[in-house]
Amino acid sequence: MPDPRNVDIKDFIPREGEERPRYSAQDFDHDVDPSQDDFNEGLTLPDINTQPMFINIGPTHPATHGTFRVYCRLDGETVEKAGVDIGYLHRGFEKIVEIKQYNQVIPYTDRLNYCSGLTNNVGYCKAVERMMGLEIPPRAIMIRVIIMEIQRIMDHMICCGANIVDIGALTNFWYFFNARERLNDLLEALTGARLTYSYTRVGGLAWDLPQGWRENVKAVIKDIPRAISDVRGLIEKNRIFMDRTRGVGMISREDAINFGWTGPCLRATGADLDLRKVRPYYGYENFDFDVPVGVNGDVYDRVMCRIEEMNESLRIIRQAIDMIPDGPVIVDDKRVVLPPKEKVHTSMEALINHFKLVIDGVQPAPGRIYDAIETPNGELGFYIISDGSGHPYRIKVRPPCFYAMNTLKFLIEGGMVADIVAILGGLNVIAGELDR
Amino acid sequence: MASSETAQHDAIVADLKNRFGARIIDVDRSFGDCTIVVDKLAIHEVLAHLRNEKAFDLLMDMAGVDCMNLPSFRERFELNYMLYSVPNNVRLRVEVPVAELDMDVPTATDLWRSANWAEREAFEMFGFNFVGHPCLKRLLTHHEFKGHPLRKDYPIMAGQWCSSTSDMSEELNEPR
Amino acid sequence: MGIKQDLLNPITKDETGIITTRLDEIVRWGRKNSLWPLPFGTACCAIEFMGVVSSDYDISRFGAELVRFSPRQSDVILVAGTINYKLAPVLKRIYDQIAEPKYVISMGACACSGGFYDNYATVQGIEQIIPVDVFIPGCPPRPEAIMDAILKLQERIEKEPVPRRGTPRRHEVVEKLRDNQD
Repeated sequence: MPDPRNVDIKDFIPREGEERPRYSAQDFDHDVDPSQDDFNEGLTLPDINTQPMFINIGPTHPATHGTFRVYCRLDGETVEKAGVDIGYLHRGFEKIVEIKQYNQVIPYTDRLNYCSGLTNNVGYCKAVERMMGLEIPPRAIMIRVIIMEIQRIMDHMICCGANIVDIGALTNFWYFFNARERLNDLLEALTGARLTYSYTRVGGLAWDLPQGWRENVKAVIKDIPRAISDVRGLIEKNRIFMDRTRGVGMISREDAINFGWTGPCLRATGADLDLRKVRPYYGYENFDFDVPVGVNGDVYDRVMCRIEEMNESLRIIRQAIDMIPDGPVIVDDKRVVLPPKEKVHTSMEALINHFKLVIDGVQPAPGRIYDAIETPNGELGFYIISDGSGHPYRIKVRPPCFYAMNTLKFLIEGGMVADIVAILGGLNVIAGELDR
Repeated sequence: MASSETAQHDAIVADLKNRFGARIIDVDRSFGDCTIVVDKLAIHEVLAHLRNEKAFDLLMDMAGVDCMNLPSFRERFELNYMLYSVPNNVRLRVEVPVAELDMDVPTATDLWRSANWAEREAFEMFGFNFVGHPCLKRLLTHHEFKGHPLRKDYPIMAGQWCSSTSDMSEELNEPR
Repeated sequence: MGIKQDLLNPITKDETGIITTRLDEIVRWGRKNSLWPLPFGTACCAIEFMGVVSSDYDISRFGAELVRFSPRQSDVILVAGTINYKLAPVLKRIYDQIAEPKYVISMGACACSGGFYDNYATVQGIEQIIPVDVFIPGCPPRPEAIMDAILKLQERIEKEPVPRRGTPRRHEVVEKLRDNQD
């Protein structure tokens, strides 16, 4: 309810015998040093009665990337209390995969973190392959590494571009998006799709590289460092960017670990946890790359960590693209992989094999496994329970931004409204992964 | 690296069996993971011991499971904690069987703050009642939703319309 | 099916005389060439929409450059992404807040029919909530498909009678649509 005692102009007019309140320049004594002046001294303005204001940001809002709602109680510009409401993109991933086969789950995993769909595909297939004890061929492993690093660059481009746009700098978004389109052209030539690739299968990859793809990759990654260094030059020592992001959304290393953070947000606080270095998989121990680690854990460090990670990914791609071995791209196991079409049309066993695989699907032995990979956002884990049939009994996804969003309430309380936008962008919250 | 993790798993299992004896119902070491099945009455002590003494400072995830259609199970529901130790680089999984008629589980939010939303989700999807949780409310489904969707007896197509967005008085007043 | 015929072959009996016809043409030309979208983007389709707006597949050639996130300032709401039961009241409210003339484009498989998420959480098509003008299939649709949808919407706007929007006749039509669906 608004306060009935509105501040009225007559309160500014002094009554008889009262000193005028000092609120204009002509009132001050001119021989007093202004730097020593305390403006609030002797002020007789009546107390401006303020009420807390409730503001609702989202679910559809240009600054929230994805649909979630932040509901704050404000005292002026300061956030006193906040509440976060998610679930506006809850699509029931974990329920619907219980009626699908293992290979049919792959398109659903694409739409988890839709900015880097291939990484989710690889993570899921890696978990299922480990459960089945499959050793995928080295060519498939190397191609998976390359496409995961390309996706890491693309995801960081969207995240940093959108984050910096929210802070107010639009140019970087276009620089990043143009570079991202060129990388997307590579992946479109490889998989056929622009955003939801579904390129991996249980046991390897769906098909082999097209002709000339490696040369295209080498040509494109010559131009990417230019875009990254353009953006970096614009923001790294920029007074406005530093004012808006330094010291904003700070979190200590112990708190971040307690909250379950992983990925570049955790590395910005100083913790050196990168699954590619600490628990290497897919031959990451053979590549020469560093892991950028921040100092303060504020938004500036998170953005800088991501930009540096893009450079490190380029290093990995440059090394890996020359190291792709020859060979098949999918494992040669008839329980898992469809036989080649020529055999299906000519041989009875292959025909029945094809039929059984399509109707019953891949059937891992009963068991449970938890496996995780380092996606651009953090650790994406899959906890898969199999009961021996072709349908997974339970798949639980461990989304990295779920735990970052858990913390949002505590990061923004006490700050200002404009900081909510900067912090939210830095956490890289993708609603598809958050809500599943 | 893998062999040293196995050695660390052996040490942790031996230590837990020493301390808690019969409360550790089972140990499973398939696929290189280490899973410990713990009785529900001792779960909070076990988790506190793992966090404080064994340096498992990161709660990666909590997953609820409805074991109704599995060939064999202890109780109808199960709660899994995925733990990770940052200094020692060790993963561990703790399973707790929970009966359908008694779904009270002590909360882990006093140990790891990441359990806050993970427990809200487990409550919403299966119906676990986390005793001591600061704000146990629905998280992903809307506030007018009735039922626990990930249970095996919830029909998959049963959508429920929502007529309004929620006011968030409880989340706003949640203690820090 | 009579209602659908009405919408496809608009009745021109409201227009009489040469001057009002020319005026209507100018108004229609203005409307179709300055469609300001309200991107109601939830999921992956929103990223494709961002790609359409960017310089590779420029949508500002068709006048739809200014994305306005306010319902009062936009003409066409582009529902891009999955709508679930939690978001449905929000979508209805925003649709009601858009000023006439308003159009709806449903982008992507999830908005058109629920996509492949046929379960307890997802609304099986936004036509259950708001009337739709153009459907774009695809998961996600290619940027060229989105531009084609804008062009089809422009063709549609060219044919409709101008007094139709915001008049009692429009309310009749919408009421009949609603009754048909119940």
